Amino acid sequence: MKQYDIVIIGGGPAGLAAALEAKKSGAEDILILERDRELGGILNQCIHNGFGLHTFKEELTGPEYAARFIGQVEQERIEYLLNTMVMDISPEKVVTAMNREEGLFEIQARAVILAMGCRERSRGALNIPGYRPAGIFSAGTAQRLVNMEGFLPGREVVILGSGDIGLIMARRMTLEGAKVKVVAELLPYSGGLKRNIVQCLNDYGIPLKLSHTVVDIQGRDRVSGVTLAKVDENRKPIPGTEEFYSCDTLLLSCGLIPENELSRGMGVVMNPVTSGPVVNESLETNIPGVFACGNVLHVHDLVDFVSQEAASAGRHAAAYVAAEKRTQVGTEPGQQSGSSITIKPQGGVRYTVPSTIRPQRMEEEQILRFRVGDVYKNCYISMYLNGERLAHRKRPVMAPGEMEELKLKKEQLLDCPAGSELIVTIEEA
Amino acid sequence: MKYDVIIIGAGVTGSAVARELSRYRLKVAVLEKEEDVCSETSKANSGIAHAGFDAECGTLMAKLNVEGNQMMEALSKELDFPFRRNGSLVLCFSQEDRPKLQSLYDRGVKNGVQELRILEREEVRAMEPNISDEVVAALYAPTGGIVCPFGLTIALAENACVNGVEFYFNTQVTDIRREGEGFKVFAGEEAYETRFVVNAAGVYADVFHNMVSANKIHITPRKGEYCLLDKTTGEFVSHTIFQLPGKYGKGVLVTPTVHGNTLVGPTAYDIEEKEGTNTTQAGLSEVREKAARSVKNLPMNQVITSFAGLRAHEDGGEFIIGEPEDARGFIDCAGIESPGLTSAPAVGKMVAGIISEQLNPEINPNFNGTRKGILNPAALSREERAALIKEKPAYGTIVCRCEMITEGEIIDAVTRPLGAKSLDGVKRRTRAGMGRCQSGFCSPRTMEIIARERNIPMEQVTKSGGGSNIIMGTNKDRL
Repeated sequence: MKQYDIVIIGGGPAGLAAALEAKKSGAEDILILERDRELGGILNQCIHNGFGLHTFKEELTGPEYAARFIGQVEQERIEYLLNTMVMDISPEKVVTAMNREEGLFEIQARAVILAMGCRERSRGALNIPGYRPAGIFSAGTAQRLVNMEGFLPGREVVILGSGDIGLIMARRMTLEGAKVKVVAELLPYSGGLKRNIVQCLNDYGIPLKLSHTVVDIQGRDRVSGVTLAKVDENRKPIPGTEEFYSCDTLLLSCGLIPENELSRGMGVVMNPVTSGPVVNESLETNIPGVFACGNVLHVHDLVDFVSQEAASAGRHAAAYVAAEKRTQVGTEPGQQSGSSITIKPQGGVRYTVPSTIRPQRMEEEQILRFRVGDVYKNCYISMYLNGERLAHRKRPVMAPGEMEELKLKKEQLLDCPAGSELIVTIEEA
Repeated sequence: MKYDVIIIGAGVTGSAVARELSRYRLKVAVLEKEEDVCSETSKANSGIAHAGFDAECGTLMAKLNVEGNQMMEALSKELDFPFRRNGSLVLCFSQEDRPKLQSLYDRGVKNGVQELRILEREEVRAMEPNISDEVVAALYAPTGGIVCPFGLTIALAENACVNGVEFYFNTQVTDIRREGEGFKVFAGEEAYETRFVVNAAGVYADVFHNMVSANKIHITPRKGEYCLLDKTTGEFVSHTIFQLPGKYGKGVLVTPTVHGNTLVGPTAYDIEEKEGTNTTQAGLSEVREKAARSVKNLPMNQVITSFAGLRAHEDGGEFIIGEPEDARGFIDCAGIESPGLTSAPAVGKMVAGIISEQLNPEINPNFNGTRKGILNPAALSREERAALIKEKPAYGTIVCRCEMITEGEIIDAVTRPLGAKSLDGVKRRTRAGMGRCQSGFCSPRTMEIIARERNIPMEQVTKSGGGSNIIMGTNKDRL
């Protein structure tokens, strides 16, 4: 069986950044396993600009952003395999993978970084009634067809869901010659970034209908139209508000789901809120030496933050491997780590990543990422450590569509007793 | 074109008849209005091999159900399709309903169903931990099973095809006229001369029957809506869970599928429209509510798709199989609603019997009743799988990541006899696109494989034939 210090599952932005940082942190034997035909993951189909403002201080397209990382991976001679599907990972970190050249093969890893990304919520999962004709696409599938293969999936389009991919595709389909009639959003606010609403809808005169959903799909062979209806505060369609839109295509941009089938298979504990693994300050799961980052951990808005988070996972994985090599066989380095602080999201904060912190093991500065459950205006975001306020920051607007972050300093947490609790909550002004 | 037998409809019934007839030296053709076999009622149902206690004693339904159920296991081995006897339970929720449960038991015994037992609450709960607390007793039928409806239908049709039956797709029968001792069957401009016609047209069987017989029949499409749950729920129930039947049939069931999903449904509403396979908000809500009566905490947030199918309900509520008195040579298989899938193998035999009695045909010396299904690499040992990939590298590329379907399987599905022509055709044969992402990731790749293997441009790849093209053009082609 082949052996590697770190095996990274997925060669998208998270996997690439994790690999590079692990290498920089001293790890040697690193292997990236990618199921698609090239590295870069979903960035390859994101040909719009706006990537890299944080990381590179310039505006890049998705493929350009990916290329910078891929270039470094090549330069660092980090190994990777393309068209390679990971079939299974055992709790002992034996990775079973498959490709055309090598067939089915196993790799023993010292550390594994989960970076498989996410998938889109499908029409079935949304329970949209109606016929099942051709012409219903998740926005990302349509994006791949248009941006990577040059095919137009439809000419008259209705989009359900104002997540970022939906907004971006409203603009893209318009630019490629299709007519986007309307974007409907179930919630009373958009799930996408503000800048995307302005640049992708407003600039092209595409209407956004908030608190609306699709209640019927017409068409036997191909979509011939959809019916939208207004929804009440319980998100139930209001009878009498139905409005028919003739169209040949319905794009769905209704949320992303982390792809954690492999993680679950190996026994990684999941957070039901994020559908991603529960991780500590090192982005390490309940299985020592198994780390997670990027959209498989929790769905991000900006790739820059994915890269940042993944770099942290790479650093910790490298440290784990180094520690494991130092310690005798049989001891698990992850467990000699002192007390742990539990982070409790409350009052509108849905979750935090990480969800526990071991002060002894944290870096000088720890980023805490989270999302809120509703739109909050002029509120405070506060942190309490064992009842004592650590932070109280005013935020003019917080919305579920934009990830929030707080920073923690090691010195703030170092002396706290075992069983400490860190509460993250929203407070009215 | 002259035939001994023309079969209208390539659903499970038509395909079963075709396969039985292929045992003889007969010229047989199947005319199907859709682009593939198993495209209508046979594709959208519960996938149950019913034990046979539901139908009234002495009916054809009861007889063929029990026979079909008994044939299913051997057939699944001969034709290599997924079938499992998981056993079924009919739940009784109140002491007052016990007599109904008892009469179901009695009926089953009279129908010839083996091994039936009435279980008390605790026994049921031991068998099914997620069962509702309100259950007081249940009828247990160990012979009840689950079957892949696509697998069964496609296997029957493929085997018929290999044994000489011709299949004409996109061929909608428009008229049937008596011609001498036989018939002339028209499909638009095309005409097929034949001695016998087998009417296996599902919800349209009344239309064809009424073309040749003065004794009219009437079929109502009875819609059933379903929700299919993710494979993560595969252990939720292990038996097929029914509720005591009501006026509109067997009520909402909760069952594992042969592939490890959980299936919930169906509703039962009579509609007018013979193509009305749309799901409705009300229907999907009803499925949810009624299923909640049988089991606790059904994870409906794990629904990956929903669909609706149409039962071909004849006014008499009984299978109509045989020749109308005023139309000899025309053999109805009409009113084939539940338990039609289970009964199909027996219906096939019965219809072939009617024909062979009259024609006395020679045995087809080349008949081969065994068929290998699409190779499932996941069922191979590690060494066998490695050897397979070495020989055929396409089996090393996963295309559908949710169901872990390889390119090799998809190529097999497209290139084998009666091969898949569309995304749905591939899906029904291999399960590619049938998983939790519902083909979001794999559809562009599967389209490429179909286009390449069938040598057609991407624009011509369809979801399910006809005008169901997936791509409308190329970028900026109209700017």
